[in-house]
Amino acid sequence: MTVHQLSIFIENRSGTLIKVLEALKAANIQIIASTIADTAEYGIYRLICSEPMRACEELKKANVAVALSDVFALAIDDKPGRAADAVKTFSEAGISIAYMYSFLLRGKGILIFRTDDNEKAVKVIADNQLQSINEADLSELA
Amino acid sequence: MDTNSNRQEHLTPRPTREGQGGGSAFFNPEFETLSRTEIEALQLERLKETVAHCYTNDFYRKKFDEAGITPDDIKTLADVRKLPFTTKQDLRETYPFGMACVPIRDCVRLHSSSGTTGNPTVILHTKKDLDEWANQVARNLWMVGLRPDDVFQNSSGYGMFTGGLGFQYGAEKLGMLTVPAAAGNSLRQIKFIKDFGTTAIHAIPSYVTRLYEVMQQEGVDPRRDTKLKVLAIGAEPHSEEQRKRIEEMMGVKAYNSFGMSEMCGPGVGFECPEQNGMHFWEDYYIVEIVNPETLEPVPDGEIGELVLTTLCREAMPLLRYRTRDLTRVLGRTCPCGRNHVRIDRMRGRSDDMIVLRGVNIFPIQIEKILMKFPEVGTNYLITLITEDNNDQMIVEVEVNEATDDFAKLQALEKEIRHQLGDEILLKPIVKLVAKGSLPVSEGKAVRVVDKRKVFE
Amino acid sequence: MIWNPNKECMSRDERSALQGKRLHKIVEYVYHNVPFYRNKLQEMDIRPDDIQTIEDITKLPFTTKKDLRDNYPFGLQAAPQSEIIRVHASSGTTGNPTIVGYTRKDIGVWSECMARCLTAYGVTRDDIFSVAYGYGLFTGGLGAHYGVEHLGASVIPAGTGNTEKHLKLIRDLGITGLACTPSYALYLAETMDKLGIRKEDIKLRVGAFGAEPWTENMRKEIEERLGLKGYNIYGLSEVMGPSVSYECQMQHGSHICEDHFYPEIINPTTLEPLPAGQTGELVFTTLTKEGMPVLRYRTRDLCSLMPGTCDCGRTEVRMGRIEGRSDDMLIIRGINVFPSQVESVVLSMPEFAPRYMLVVDRVNNLDTLQVQVEIRQEYFTGVFDTPAAVDQLEKKLATKLKSVLSIAAKVQLKAPNTIERSQGKSAHVIDRRKL
Repeated sequence: MTVHQLSIFIENRSGTLIKVLEALKAANIQIIASTIADTAEYGIYRLICSEPMRACEELKKANVAVALSDVFALAIDDKPGRAADAVKTFSEAGISIAYMYSFLLRGKGILIFRTDDNEKAVKVIADNQLQSINEADLSELA
Repeated sequence: MDTNSNRQEHLTPRPTREGQGGGSAFFNPEFETLSRTEIEALQLERLKETVAHCYTNDFYRKKFDEAGITPDDIKTLADVRKLPFTTKQDLRETYPFGMACVPIRDCVRLHSSSGTTGNPTVILHTKKDLDEWANQVARNLWMVGLRPDDVFQNSSGYGMFTGGLGFQYGAEKLGMLTVPAAAGNSLRQIKFIKDFGTTAIHAIPSYVTRLYEVMQQEGVDPRRDTKLKVLAIGAEPHSEEQRKRIEEMMGVKAYNSFGMSEMCGPGVGFECPEQNGMHFWEDYYIVEIVNPETLEPVPDGEIGELVLTTLCREAMPLLRYRTRDLTRVLGRTCPCGRNHVRIDRMRGRSDDMIVLRGVNIFPIQIEKILMKFPEVGTNYLITLITEDNNDQMIVEVEVNEATDDFAKLQALEKEIRHQLGDEILLKPIVKLVAKGSLPVSEGKAVRVVDKRKVFE
Repeated sequence: MIWNPNKECMSRDERSALQGKRLHKIVEYVYHNVPFYRNKLQEMDIRPDDIQTIEDITKLPFTTKKDLRDNYPFGLQAAPQSEIIRVHASSGTTGNPTIVGYTRKDIGVWSECMARCLTAYGVTRDDIFSVAYGYGLFTGGLGAHYGVEHLGASVIPAGTGNTEKHLKLIRDLGITGLACTPSYALYLAETMDKLGIRKEDIKLRVGAFGAEPWTENMRKEIEERLGLKGYNIYGLSEVMGPSVSYECQMQHGSHICEDHFYPEIINPTTLEPLPAGQTGELVFTTLTKEGMPVLRYRTRDLCSLMPGTCDCGRTEVRMGRIEGRSDDMLIIRGINVFPSQVESVVLSMPEFAPRYMLVVDRVNNLDTLQVQVEIRQEYFTGVFDTPAAVDQLEKKLATKLKSVLSIAAKVQLKAPNTIERSQGKSAHVIDRRKL
C-alpha cells in the first residue's frame, strides 16, 4: 500500500544537487515528484521516481547518501477541499503526519506523506475506502 | 614587598590527617554541640557586633535613622525584630558597592547574580568571609560522614555561580580530593566517577536523575560499578518523593543542602544523617520565618518566608534579608546532637522567581531579551517541563511575519536561544510559533506554566 | 615590584645549588613513591644518590604525554590519595584526559607563583581582577583565581561567556585587571564597540593573557583597544598550570619560576640538550611538587631560553614566545585539542566512515571548531528522511566529542567520499586562523 521514496542527504553547496540529478539522468530514471526539506546546513531531498530500487543502487554507486523509505500515496479528486478531507480522516484516527507533499498526475491529485503509525494508516485507508496507489500505478500514470 | 619574602612555600596550614574534626562526628564540635541557651547567647553577642558594624555603612545608617533606632537598642535577641528588613531591591539600588561595610581593598572576592537586565546584585567577601564560608561547607560534608580520604566530585557550575567555588573551597578545607568537574558533560562525569573512585557528588537533584539515565544507557550500575556513598543535593526545589527516588536509583543517601549567594552560597543549611530538616547554622545566622504579607513572625511549624541575618560576615553583613523562600521550622533539637534549628525543604517562593536546574530566573529577564528582537511579537509563554528526567524550559514566542525561509527562522531561533543562554545561564528550547497562536493575556498575563514533575 | 625577591632575584650560583638540592630530593621522592619512575630509573641503572647537582638532570629519563596516558588516572601520583585535595584534567591524546592531582602544598606553591606573576605585572591588593578563563577542570580559571586571592586583590570569577554582563561589571565595578585568552580580550573589545562602551569608560590597566599563542601585533591591538598593558602568562597542567612563567614590565621574555620548575631546551628529534638561545622543545622538571611530580616532561612547545639578569632585577631565566609545536596539537579557545581525540570518537561510531577533518577558524575573534565526518552509506537508512533524524545523529556525535574534547565542536555531516584524503601531519586539520 506504500510506495518507495528516495531520501537523499544533500550538503548545502553548489554542485551537490546536480550530481544527484545527473546520476539519475545517466540511469534513465524519471522523476515523478520531489521536494527538499532544507535546513541551514544541508537538505533532505525526497523524491518519487520510476524504478526506485534501481535508482537507489545507481545513486549509491555514485557515492550519494541515499535511503529508501516507505510513504503513502493517495489519489484524490482535483477539487478544492479534498486534501483537507483526506488529512482529517487520519487526524481523527489519531495518526500524525510527519511530512507531506503533493502533485497533479493525469487529472488526479496525489498526496505523498509519511505517518507515525503505518499499520494504523493502512487500516484507516481501507476503512474509509480512500484510493491509495502503489508503485505500479504510479509508473503507469506517469 | 619584603614582608612577603618568607612565606613562599607552606602557605596554607596543613590540617591533620583526620581533618579539623579528628575522630569526632563533628567538624566544629565547639559550635555544633552548643545548647540552645549557649547558641542564643552567642547570637546576641554576634548580633550586637554585626549591627554596630552595619551602622558604619551609609545605607544602613539611613535605614536605622528612618526606623528611629541605634545599635544600642539591641539588648536582647528578640530585638532583632526592631531592625529593618533588607531586600534584593536594596542590593540592586546600592549596586555595586553601596552595602560594603569594609574598604574594597580588604575584599578578595566578588560574586554577582546573572543577567544584564537592570542592576545585578553584587556580593563581596573578605578573606575571613571566604574561610568562614568554606568552614560551613566543610562542617556540612563532615556531618554526613565525609572524611579526607573521600573523593568529592562537584558538578555545579563554577565562576559566578556560588555552587562551584563554594563546594570547592569547603571540600578542600575538609581535605578531600576535590574534582572540579563543573556542570554538564554527563559522559565525562560518569567516566570520572568510575575512574577516580568518586565517593560523593554534589549536584542539583534533576541532574542526578539525568546522570542515572545516562549511566543506564552506558550500562553502568551505580551500586556495582561506583564507590559512591553520599550525594549532596540542593539549589533546586524537590520533594521528599524525588529524594527517595534518587536514593533508590543511586543506592546512596542524598542530603539536602541550602544556600544562597546573598548569604555566601551553599553551606547555610544542610541535613544531618537524620534527614529530618536542614540544620541552619545559628552561630552564623539568625533564622526567622515571617508572614510575607504582614511581615510578622509565624509560630514554629507554620509556613512563612525565610528571613536571615548574618552574624559573621565582614564585607557585606545582611540584616533580616528577605529570601522570598517559603518554608517552616521543624524543630530546634535533634538526636544527632546538634541544636541548630531544623528547617523544612523549600516549599515555594513569595515572588515569581523560577528555579530551574539550580539557576534562578526571573521572567522579566526573558521578556527583555525577547523584546530586543523586532522579528517577534510581545506575546510569549514560558513552559517548564520534565523530559527524560531532565527539567527543561520552553520559551514560545510569536513570529511577526510569515516566511518560507526555513534557514532564516532557524538562525533567528538560534540567536534568541544564544542570547537567552547568556542572560539566564541556561539554554531554553525556543519555539517560534505563528502569530495569534499563544493565548492572549488579559490583565496580568500568565507567562509561566510549570509542568515539572518535581513539586508535591 | 617583586613578590619574593629572595627567590626571584637570587644569584645564579645560589639558585643552581638550590635546584640541585631540590632535584636530588624530588628524584628520591619519586623513586620511593612512583613505581613508574622507579622502574625507569632502575632500567637505566640510576640511583637517587647519582643525582646531586642540577647538571645531573641530563642523566634522567624523559616523561611524555603517552606516559601520562598509560598511567591513567593516578599511576604517576606520588602522594597518598588522602593528601590530594584537587585534581585538574587536560586533553589526552585519545579518549582519556590527562589527570593531575595537587596536594594542599602544591596549591600553595601555585598560588605563590601566581602572586609573583601578578606582582610582576604591577598588580597590588588594591586591584579588582576579573578571571575570565574557564573554571573547573581546566587550570586557567581556578589557578588564576587562587593567585589573585592569595595576593589579596579582589577576584571576580567571571568565567567564560556572558560577555555583555562581564563588560557591565568591568565598567560598573571599576575592574582594573583581566585574565583571559588574548582572542577573548579582542572579542571583549569588539563587544565594547557594539555596546558603545569606550576604553575611557573602563579602568582596565593590566591584562594576563595566555593559554594560546599570540603575536606582538595582537598585543598592540589589545592594548590599544582596551587601554591596558597586556602581559604573557604561560603554564600547563602537567607541570602546574598558569604562572609557570610570566612576563615582567620589560615584556622581553617570560620569567620561569625556576626554583619550582626547571627548564631545558632539547632537540625534539635527537633529544639532546641545546645551547642557550637556540630554539627547540621545552622540557620541565618539577622541583617541589608533591602530588604528581614530573621528571623532564616534554611539553612539545618549541621556544628558546634567555639566560642573564633582566633589567627588572629578576635573575630567573626567560623563555621566548612559543614558536610552534613538535606535535599536531591545536589550541582552540585556550583548550588543547589533538586530532587523535576526534579520531577515537569517530571510530567508535559505526554510523560514520573512518575519515574526518577538523576545520578551525576564528570568527569575530572567537575560535570555532568544526568537525566534518562522512555518513557511511550502509548506515544511511530510511529513518533519515527528515532533518530531525539527521540532526539527532549530529547531536549524538557532538555530545561524544564534547565529553572528550571539553569544548563544543560543530558537527558537519558530509556525503560519502567527499572528505579529501591527504597525507602528512596536517592530514586531518584545516586551520584558517591567521596569526
